[in-house]
Amino acid sequence: MSDADNRRNGSTQEPAGPENQLEDSAGALPASVGSPGEVIAERRGMFGANNGGDTSGYGGVRRTVRMPAAASRPYGGYFDEVADELEGALEEQGLDPAAVVERTVIDRGEATFHIAREHILQVARTLRDDPALRFELCTGVSGVHLPTDTGRELHAVYHMRSITHGRLIRLEVSAPDADPHIPSIVSVYPTNDWHEREVYDFFGLVFDGHPALTRIMMPDDWQGFPQRKDYPLGGIPVEYKGAQIPAPDQRRSYS
Amino acid sequence: MSTSHPTAPAGARETTEGTVYTLSGGDWDATAEQIARSDDERIIVNMGPQHPSTHGVLRLILEIDGETVTEARCGIGYLHTGIEKNLEYRTWTQGTTFVTRMDYLTPFFNETAYCLGVEKLLGITDDIPDRANVIRVLMMEINRISSHLVAIATGGMELGATTVMIYGFRDRELCLDAFELITGLRMNHAYIRPGGLAQDLPPGAVDHLRGFVKTMRKNLVEYDQLCSGNPVFKARLEGIGYLDLAGCLALGATGPVLRSAGHPHDLRKTDPYCGYETYDFEVPTTDTCDSYGRFLLRVEEMRQSLRIIEQCLDRLEPGPVMVADKKIAWPAQLALGPDGLGNSLEHIRTIMGTSMEALIHHFKLVTEGFRVPAGQTYTAVESPKGELGVHVVSDGGTRPYRVHFRDPSFTNLQAVAAMCEGGMVADVIVAVASIDPVMGGVDR
Repeated sequence: MSDADNRRNGSTQEPAGPENQLEDSAGALPASVGSPGEVIAERRGMFGANNGGDTSGYGGVRRTVRMPAAASRPYGGYFDEVADELEGALEEQGLDPAAVVERTVIDRGEATFHIAREHILQVARTLRDDPALRFELCTGVSGVHLPTDTGRELHAVYHMRSITHGRLIRLEVSAPDADPHIPSIVSVYPTNDWHEREVYDFFGLVFDGHPALTRIMMPDDWQGFPQRKDYPLGGIPVEYKGAQIPAPDQRRSYS
Repeated sequence: MSTSHPTAPAGARETTEGTVYTLSGGDWDATAEQIARSDDERIIVNMGPQHPSTHGVLRLILEIDGETVTEARCGIGYLHTGIEKNLEYRTWTQGTTFVTRMDYLTPFFNETAYCLGVEKLLGITDDIPDRANVIRVLMMEINRISSHLVAIATGGMELGATTVMIYGFRDRELCLDAFELITGLRMNHAYIRPGGLAQDLPPGAVDHLRGFVKTMRKNLVEYDQLCSGNPVFKARLEGIGYLDLAGCLALGATGPVLRSAGHPHDLRKTDPYCGYETYDFEVPTTDTCDSYGRFLLRVEEMRQSLRIIEQCLDRLEPGPVMVADKKIAWPAQLALGPDGLGNSLEHIRTIMGTSMEALIHHFKLVTEGFRVPAGQTYTAVESPKGELGVHVVSDGGTRPYRVHFRDPSFTNLQAVAAMCEGGMVADVIVAVASIDPVMGGVDR
């Protein structure tokens, strides 16, 4: 079974064990090599619907959903070069690369460097200024709310593009919900001004050192952070041809 | 309302920020006279969000000293519709109907960027049929022309050059006719779907498009004749909205803004997708860093788009337009009816009447959708405005966990302050028009 087929099952297979007997029927999947990725969800039943009875007879099926696991060297492509240069440059600045880059994930031909939040500004500066790295274009920051990722609920994801070297990497920084602070990198990449305001507006992530961190999309006096997972989408039921169609967030979900 | 300014036609009041005049039509003379009498020359003007020259609901907050802009800030968010949040409550396929509405002048770029992201997560990027890729490129390049035409047309109109506006919208209509023929709709197509396309080209489309290319070639000359050498046009655009290469990179400006600073950065060349590396076209640049250079670039890019469209038409081979995997490919066959693209009655008759399996399959895919393996990806396409990036995160479910669009209009609009401060207030309009922001994309 190809790698793509494996992924298409939507879950990473657990190593065989008695507790996993009801695991997804595609039992021929190879076990993942190395440390498995972090668990982000567990699905039950055949369809994943959590409202209404599951009459399929597969109500006991449990599937663990994992994010792609951390990679080990060699990463392949230009990622090794980027990692070497970054680690070398960080060492020169008196930092321990292992403490700065928490882990590296290589998935689908893209590299993600998980950076400890207190070092993100220095990493950004290094990525921009080091001639061997030269990521001159930051394409902004995207927030992701993972309520199940305890202690690291709020993620900020940066994509850096090096036009000089034709490279693209991703930096991921996380902060706990209880202390939603990440250093701003606007002083290095002024383009992140509005992007950080947007993430603050939607996720409540506070970018320390941002020159004017205010709401950008929502009205200034808005309460709450709309893109968080616990923030409802809202909506009203609509009658269509005699039937009541519930609001989108009240409909049956198969995820 | 204070009584200290009895002469002001619509009143004035004192605030901690200074005197706030509220004008609602009528005679400005008294107000102007009164402001002239006060020793404070500094005025803050709110331009928009309902101003015809600001490209939609963009609010410009200008601090002006006489005719000079000393500070310019943008207020955005007036068209925020929560598209990214809405996507999290729909299936992956339904997502295209949302993203097509973001930057409503570049629907095919939004759809393609999103679908490339979903396909990458699914691991089916290489399985997309050639014909689907060629038609994607074809639609995107027609769309590039229509978007640039609106940029030039509205930019001209804001200068008072209404002929440019008439020409631009005349030619954009030709693009929309082509869209309507192929997708059934003039805007909001949802034509490009994860796995391929909603529908193959209808009969006669290739001939229609060859005629389109011929007409556009002829019409594009008129923009040069009307504008490129026009001394009035040049006087208004040259040196206005200046942003050099260092400024562009610091502010993350891409697209024509970056290329007007002399950097030939174009994702179609540097990070090709949909087979762009196999097409023969050039990336024009200028080194003027100003609005005039951006106008010239847009005209030249339209010519290059016509070249690409011709190459697409030449290499169209019969074949499928949707990935072969029936677990992903939308099962319904669509038909183009008089009211747009809809379910093919013939297909409905077949699955309802003859094949229970097909009916089950159809039902499952349409209600439940397909699962996308957990992970995240960033895909970017070169939209007419710049780098349109999509960050897609999946938690292995049938709905996107998070989709974030890095819209080029949003990022480029940050350059307004750098382009306008120190210039004349009338040039703000030219500078903003040269960025070509579309608020549907900025606010999402």
